[in-house]
Amino acid sequence: MTEASAPVAEPASVPVLDRPIPPRGWVVIGRKEIGDHVSSARFVVLLIVLGLAAGIPLYLAAEQIRNLASQVSGAQAVFLAMWVIGAQDSSIFQLNVTIQSFVGLAAPLLGIAFAFDAVNGERSQGTLPRLISQPIYRDDIINGKFAGALAVISLVLVSVMIFIAGFGMIRLGIVPSLGEVIRLGLWVVVTIVYVGVWLALGLLLSVAVRRAATSALMGLGSWLLLVVFGKFIVNLFIAFFIRVPANGTAQEQLQVAQLQDFVTRLLPTTLYTEASIVLLNPRATSTGGTLGTLGQYDQAQQQIPSLLSLDQSLLLVWPHIVALVAIMAVLFAAAYIRFMRQEVRA
Amino acid sequence: MSGAGRTESRSGRIRTEPPIRTRALTKQYGDLNAVDGLDLEVRAGEIFGLLGANGAGKTTTILMLLGLTERTSGAVRVVGFDPARNPLEVKRRVGYLPDAVGFYDDMTGRENLRYTARLNGLKGQVAEQKIETVLDQVRLSDRADDRAGTYSRGMLQRLGIADALVKDPTVLILDEPTTAIDPIGVVEILEMLRGLVRDRGVTMLLSSHLLTQVQSVCDRVGIFAAGKLVGIGTVPELATRFGEGDAHVEVAFEGVSDPATSDRVAGFLAAIQDVAEVRRATSLLDPWTLVVRPPESAIRVREAVLAVSAREGLHLTSIRSVVASLDEIYTKAVRAAGLASGSHRPSGDRPAAGGRAVA
Repeated sequence: MTEASAPVAEPASVPVLDRPIPPRGWVVIGRKEIGDHVSSARFVVLLIVLGLAAGIPLYLAAEQIRNLASQVSGAQAVFLAMWVIGAQDSSIFQLNVTIQSFVGLAAPLLGIAFAFDAVNGERSQGTLPRLISQPIYRDDIINGKFAGALAVISLVLVSVMIFIAGFGMIRLGIVPSLGEVIRLGLWVVVTIVYVGVWLALGLLLSVAVRRAATSALMGLGSWLLLVVFGKFIVNLFIAFFIRVPANGTAQEQLQVAQLQDFVTRLLPTTLYTEASIVLLNPRATSTGGTLGTLGQYDQAQQQIPSLLSLDQSLLLVWPHIVALVAIMAVLFAAAYIRFMRQEVRA
Repeated sequence: MSGAGRTESRSGRIRTEPPIRTRALTKQYGDLNAVDGLDLEVRAGEIFGLLGANGAGKTTTILMLLGLTERTSGAVRVVGFDPARNPLEVKRRVGYLPDAVGFYDDMTGRENLRYTARLNGLKGQVAEQKIETVLDQVRLSDRADDRAGTYSRGMLQRLGIADALVKDPTVLILDEPTTAIDPIGVVEILEMLRGLVRDRGVTMLLSSHLLTQVQSVCDRVGIFAAGKLVGIGTVPELATRFGEGDAHVEVAFEGVSDPATSDRVAGFLAAIQDVAEVRRATSLLDPWTLVVRPPESAIRVREAVLAVSAREGLHLTSIRSVVASLDEIYTKAVRAAGLASGSHRPSGDRPAAGGRAVA
């Protein structure tokens, strides 16, 4: 027994392999995921959804922008107006029909659609044990799937934005300045992070929920809850818990509004929308929140409209971007930990 | 290219440790001991059958060997590495066919294998050649470019074996390779596995709950029940160990049609030393069975039957020793372990069984 438990590792007993360990298994997996996504029905849906999200507002706003452009020839930031100006009097569910808001509405759906069956799909196909027995780390699987899906969505997103920019230049005759291009680029990056948040949520669902159909439904449910009705639900709850007397002072009402702002800002949707508006609109000098005191409100009334420089805009939304990244990281980490601890067998 | 690696490994293996070895390997799920103090040793170049009912702990053991699930206690070494510490090194060298293997339905068989090859760091021409070779070995070359979704269960199983072979493994671990396959397919797969071990010199561990099916291919088997190994050795060894202290010899004669001749023959046979019982055939065509006690005398009894037949002018048409089927052995082994499970089973039991198998 003692002889048996003695260490027996001898280098000679290790079969020599003539190939190295693949250094980055997640790259191989990511590549396969991209290939899968591009040839899947999902990709067609992605193209249609993003195409419509950009096309409808652009179509509705084109006339208005054309008028605007001739009026304010030489004015700054007309190019970016394509993203934030919608048709007059067109709003659905308090949502302005603009490219920015439509993309913000569609991005979460796309994120969930590309990740909801990432792990449980492998499981139900019976490919997970096979995949996991290859010489890769277990996190390579989850990393590769995240990277692959994000790459595909980003690619389409960037393409659509370039198409819009091209449309603006050719059909509307608006030539962007360098600053506008940078702002647009930053907005696309923020949008990708926002998609990443929802991808991470989809991934978490795909790890935690065994059936793909259930996880898709749960993903859809969270989208509806957080994106479509998020603000509405928050306001309803706050109104329920905090009663402002009908004859309350302005200060009291302001406080409730501030609380509403704070809670709403915990939603990724709000963070994204506010960041987008500031990035795409140099005129925006605040993130759309309620001001702290009446004095500040008074001040804001007297403010001379001016354009914010890029670094000032960025400074304004930096917390938003950090918060989005943090939410994404937390969701991804949850999916990751859950997956690492999960048994391979069903 | 890989040939050099294998030669070196083969010469290395002779001198050193076996490709798979576990010591007191234990896995607990809550209060349940899925695997309980398992001591297992699989030698280089052999086919080892891990046999047991569903839920006996076979798959859990395999997952621990691959480092896919964490063990509660004990030690494991696979191809010289500890799978819990060095899972990648183990997974590079061990081909694994999971229970109920699946493939990406919308990819062809070849594309599925290509993905595995990439994950193993094989690229380009080298990978394509390797894939072609393994597809040929499992006889799937003609269907390789069809979508895996169109494959039958048997083909998927064969593709799974090809998939495990792509990485040129030293050890192959197959979990229930013959389940859910028709009888002809089973024979095909088992023959193929035999051939692989012969041609490639791999070590193979396969698990099954269909005992008689794998009996024919395994060099040694381990009988698994409730997380414990209740018997280990070659099938004849286990038959001796878990038999009822006797061996059976089947004999058949021509022209034993009338009761008088029959009685005469029975008399001769019963007179042979160590023949405890003569069971006459119920029909003319069936052979007779001689119960030999002690079982070691079976060879001598066979010689004596030949001698008697020659002397007395009996028309002997066949004679052979019958090994108890693995199903019988299994039932007895499990029952024996079940009886002993209340008291402490002597720890010397299992190494002793392993020691006998060397001879």
